[in-house]
Amino acid sequence: MADQVAAEQRSETPASTPDASAAAQIAIRNLEFLYGGNRALKGITLDIPARQVTAMIGPSGCGKSTLLRVLNRMYDLYPGQRAIGEVMIDGQDILAPDVDLNDLRSRVGMVFQKPTPFPMSIYDNIAFGVKLHERLSKAALDERVEWSLTRAALWDEVRDRLGASATGLSGGQQQRLCIARTIAVRPEVILLDEPTSALDPISTLRIEELIDELKRDFTIVIVTHNMQQAARCADRVAFFYLGELVEVGPAAQMFTAPRERRTQEYITGRFG
Amino acid sequence: MSSARARALHRRRRVVNLLGLGAATLATLFGLVWLVWILGTTLWNGAGAFDAKLFTEMTPPPGEAGGLLNAIVGSAIIIALGIAFGTPVGVMAGTHLAEYAHGTALAEVIRFVNDILLSAPSIVIGLFVYALVVQPTGHFSGWAGGVALALVMLPVVVRTSDETMRLVPATLREAALALGAPKWRMIVRVVWPAARTGIVTGILLGIARISGETAPLLFTALNNQYWTVNPANPMANIPVVIFQFALSPYDQWHSLAWAGALLMTLVVLVLSVGARAALRRRG
Amino acid sequence: MSATTQQTLPPPARRRSRGAAGDTGFRVLAGTAALLVLILLGATAAAMFWGGLPALRAFGWHFFVGVEWDPVAKRFAALVPIYGTLVTSAIAMLIAVPVSFGIAVFLTEVAPTWVRGPVAAAIELLAGVPSIIYGMWGLFVFVPFMADYVDPFLDAALGPLPVIGALFSGPPMGIGMLTAGIILAIMVIPFVSAVMRDVFTLVPPSLRESAFALGATRWEVVRGVVLPYTRTAVVGGIFLGLGRALGETMAVTFVLGNAHDFSISLLAPGNSIAAAIANEFTEADSDIYRQSLIALGFLLFVVTFVVLAAAKLMLLRMARREGT
Repeated sequence: MADQVAAEQRSETPASTPDASAAAQIAIRNLEFLYGGNRALKGITLDIPARQVTAMIGPSGCGKSTLLRVLNRMYDLYPGQRAIGEVMIDGQDILAPDVDLNDLRSRVGMVFQKPTPFPMSIYDNIAFGVKLHERLSKAALDERVEWSLTRAALWDEVRDRLGASATGLSGGQQQRLCIARTIAVRPEVILLDEPTSALDPISTLRIEELIDELKRDFTIVIVTHNMQQAARCADRVAFFYLGELVEVGPAAQMFTAPRERRTQEYITGRFG
Repeated sequence: MSSARARALHRRRRVVNLLGLGAATLATLFGLVWLVWILGTTLWNGAGAFDAKLFTEMTPPPGEAGGLLNAIVGSAIIIALGIAFGTPVGVMAGTHLAEYAHGTALAEVIRFVNDILLSAPSIVIGLFVYALVVQPTGHFSGWAGGVALALVMLPVVVRTSDETMRLVPATLREAALALGAPKWRMIVRVVWPAARTGIVTGILLGIARISGETAPLLFTALNNQYWTVNPANPMANIPVVIFQFALSPYDQWHSLAWAGALLMTLVVLVLSVGARAALRRRG
Repeated sequence: MSATTQQTLPPPARRRSRGAAGDTGFRVLAGTAALLVLILLGATAAAMFWGGLPALRAFGWHFFVGVEWDPVAKRFAALVPIYGTLVTSAIAMLIAVPVSFGIAVFLTEVAPTWVRGPVAAAIELLAGVPSIIYGMWGLFVFVPFMADYVDPFLDAALGPLPVIGALFSGPPMGIGMLTAGIILAIMVIPFVSAVMRDVFTLVPPSLRESAFALGATRWEVVRGVVLPYTRTAVVGGIFLGLGRALGETMAVTFVLGNAHDFSISLLAPGNSIAAAIANEFTEADSDIYRQSLIALGFLLFVVTFVVLAAAKLMLLRMARREGT
């Protein structure tokens, strides 16, 4: 607990060290999300600090995944979905109409519920994203692939078969591949949408260790159904209910002394 | 008494059941008899005329022996032209339906029209290409034959590529876009490879279809007794040669027609059976 | 922690992503290709209409009801091929519908599971055989068979009867509308039976099972549950077959006889729209001759379009119900 408080304080100091990553902080102000005639998010105001893990919890349909998909504007794919308000990532309003979505998504990476290996080799999976945004020499690209696979704790398992199809990996490996693919682009923020819900306990544990490791360089936002997971990984926890942000605070406080009755009922398993 | 009647009714129902199901079995046998008869005849007559000369000699004048070399080469060129025109347009149209226009009314209209074109009489396609290519250029040509076959192939490719691309999970698309990929790269690098088996199957089915088509070639590629590999000329091709030779009074021409028929049937069946098997294994 | 944490992150050096121009170009290409499908249909109809219009202008309604087809006098009326198309397709459907239904029932209700796959594949093979093979086989094998066995029998058995006797009288030549109709039937059976089989398998198992639970026999389940449930789609499949039969060219061209004299008998040589076009188009030596053939093509196109559109709508209705 003392550790988490320390982490809290560390994050308060602005990221200025030259060799540090560009991990960004996110400021959400009065965010509304409209889906058809439906208000999926209601007046959300939330700060997501840099280089921390922020977990979003709440029952199904509470809006936590919707919020995640606002942060990289994935909702733009679907006509009829609209976000109103302000979402500042490093001072830039990403809801502005002139935002280059490809550029935004290179800064805000996302890992999905089910592993999404592309139908190509392991190497090409990693290189796919890198090549979109940078022109690297073969050697630099090799280096980047190795770096990201190492960071995703997958390198040792796949170093001898980088040319093999990614779909042949196990589920847990595929998910770590997807994390490697995401960090290879060197985003500032990583969004994780229930990244372990399709995995076995051992793979889940490895991913959780990985998340803990990655927060040194990235701002991480994770949506999870699993209360223990939120308690294990997160520095801060935000509880959503019916499209509203009920409560947000340090993980330790949320799980030991929540301020709101609804939060307490949810984390003690009385609904949801 | 009533039990006797019930038993009679029961027996009657059993008999009707047996008759109905028996008739269904007979109908299936009826269908299979034709298959065996037709394929057997083609194999028997074709194999009798199958020899090396088929692939080394030109189509002969009436009453003489010869081969089908110019027709085989002509068919290959015209079919290749059909593939070259039909495949890119078909795959792109399928891409539009599955990736850009999904759920719009226009997409539904295009799918509807495409399904109709799939079964539309191919002879009308021949007439259309006659008006489109032959009349303006003033002569029959391999080009015109290629265009006609492309139009026959197009609906097959559009439909299969549309259908298989729609089967690609949305999360795969989102994962590519989440990396910052522009949509077109997402399609080319992720969706197409993921739908590859289905798209290739569709192309193979399309090739099988045009390899067996005759009607669209009658007034487009026409025929040519002589050797040519230039699609600007009228071109010999297997189906039209079969048509002319089979309707002639000469025995040598008849046996060449059978040999061509066997060759064509083999190509078409191998392609379509192979493509369907691939599609089934995937699905 | 692991050694990886010591590695520093490569410094970000962002390039503006390339792709906006690529996106527009790709989208336009795809959209153009899709529109081409619509344009193709429209252009075909338009080309047929304008190409055939002079003939329709010259001969008026008589074009559809008259019987003279005289290239020398340049007078054309197309009742013979129109009649031939309708009659051969009617014969084909009379045979193909019950047989296809039987095959579909066999494949879904009767056959043991291990038989279904191979038999379905064999029937599918019939659909793969090129139509010109049907034509050749018809000319060299089936026509002599009809001339030697079937025609004489029909002539003897049915010829003397009043009214329908006229349909079955004439010299046993083997060629003619009956032969063409039978070959068309064989060609459309795989299409119709495939549709029927597919929609039969869409019947919810609970529905079939509750009929069986009431003590119904298999045949009663087919008649009482499966067929009513799939009726629209079954009719759609039949229309699909009809559309194919109407437009089929090569299979009938060989065995019809390309006659332009009107004959009521199914055993006499006849003609069809598609066969007339296939046989005569390249030999048409005057504009009005060619225009008359194109007018026939236009008629064929419109009729098959309507039939196929109806088939498609009926199949869509079934699919919608399944979807919801």
